[in-house]
Amino acid sequence: MTFWEKLMNLDRRWIYLCIFIVVIIPAIISFKVPVSTTPEVKKVFNFIDEMQPGDHFYLGIDYDPSALAELDPMTYAILNQAFSKDLKVIIGCLSQFGVGMAELRLSEVAAIYGKESGIDYCFLGYRPYPAIVILTMGVDFRVTFPLDYYGVPLDSLEVMNGIRNLMDVKGVVDITAGNVADMWITYGNGRFGFPLAIGVTGVMSADYYQYLQSGQIFGLIPGIKGAAEYEILSGFETTGLQSIPYQTLAHAVILLFIIISNVGYFAARRKKGR
Amino acid sequence: MTTVELLWQTLAVLLTLCVFSFLIKDNPFYKFAERLVAGVAAGFWTMLVYHNLFRDKVLLTMQNGQWAYIIPILLGIGMWTRFSKKYSWISRFSIAFYIGISTGISVTVYMYTAIFKQISATIIPLNSITNILIIVGVLCALFYFFFSKAHTGAFGVVSRIGIYTLMIGFGAGFGLTVMGRIALLAQRVIFIRGYVLALIGAG
Repeated sequence: MTFWEKLMNLDRRWIYLCIFIVVIIPAIISFKVPVSTTPEVKKVFNFIDEMQPGDHFYLGIDYDPSALAELDPMTYAILNQAFSKDLKVIIGCLSQFGVGMAELRLSEVAAIYGKESGIDYCFLGYRPYPAIVILTMGVDFRVTFPLDYYGVPLDSLEVMNGIRNLMDVKGVVDITAGNVADMWITYGNGRFGFPLAIGVTGVMSADYYQYLQSGQIFGLIPGIKGAAEYEILSGFETTGLQSIPYQTLAHAVILLFIIISNVGYFAARRKKGR
Repeated sequence: MTTVELLWQTLAVLLTLCVFSFLIKDNPFYKFAERLVAGVAAGFWTMLVYHNLFRDKVLLTMQNGQWAYIIPILLGIGMWTRFSKKYSWISRFSIAFYIGISTGISVTVYMYTAIFKQISATIIPLNSITNILIIVGVLCALFYFFFSKAHTGAFGVVSRIGIYTLMIGFGAGFGLTVMGRIALLAQRVIFIRGYVLALIGAG
């Protein structure tokens, strides 16, 4: 068996080992990789940055712990940016396994700025059937959420004064890891026309650039790269920027393997041809 | 780090390692972690549905005398008759209602957002390279899916450009998928690194 044939039959665990070794390097030797910002992420940042203190916007934390790695840095940065500017935030959760995690992150960031539930923000909690929830929130928040997550009637919350539905907020930023993004585009922006931006996982992001181009969303934060960009723009950093050195090295190894395996494939084919 | 936090984080690190052990081969540690997740998720979801749906929308509404809710409650109960051979016909009313409502809500907005808005986004002036690429890419990709004519000659060239356009899209999707998967790994490594540093008092 030639070298190339051996390479073509390489046990996949060697590849895992290589990835594992290169991913360990940034954990031991800390270094930074420059990250450039893109217009689609800047637009989301500018949308929040240009709001005035007291303005309301809706933040959808529509993901579960499996997508935390990519999406939590976005949520952290956006919440910090909003609370540091004294904006009023209405937060909802359309992912059943994400509600506890969302509440944890929200209360943690709110505590940094001394923000109080009911006065500075409203956490609506979780309701199933995203399409129906979005449609009813477009009519009246109180239809689906008569009480907030903590069991307080929405009518008694100061933050909800004068806010009846999604048309009364400046816009919606949805951080999501599933088809909830489609539902926000279809039933939210499509039905009611409010400004919508989304933050999605890397796997999903290629599917949503078309909506950016058509103007159905005004901004897009794609995966961990988008999260890192947002951290640079807002100055509130968690694991987004930290992940980039890991990404860079792992991508370099994957590229190397793709090149080697292609060379191996063509070399083996050429030999067979002889 | 408090003792309780340390215990929880130790458990999280151990479970992370259990899951990663699958990369070597299937083993009892991985199976344990997998089944633990499934069990916890099922329990969590059941209680969530009870508190967010059953209690709020069934128990409390009935207690508060909101009798209009009896209609959806009856339709919901109707769904459960699927388990009975004798009474399963009742579930057809619930399913018909559900499908009817879903279709009525979805068809118009889907047509608007997924078709009309997307088509109108391709009706653009040919005044930039981006716009030209969009129009050429969309048209050629659509030509590729035209199967009632052999893909030969000029038509073949156009459909070939279409398949290249699709491949570029798939490539971008694959690249972003790799980025997403590596992000999950990186986040776990960052978490374990933080745990080790906290354990040795360097974090």
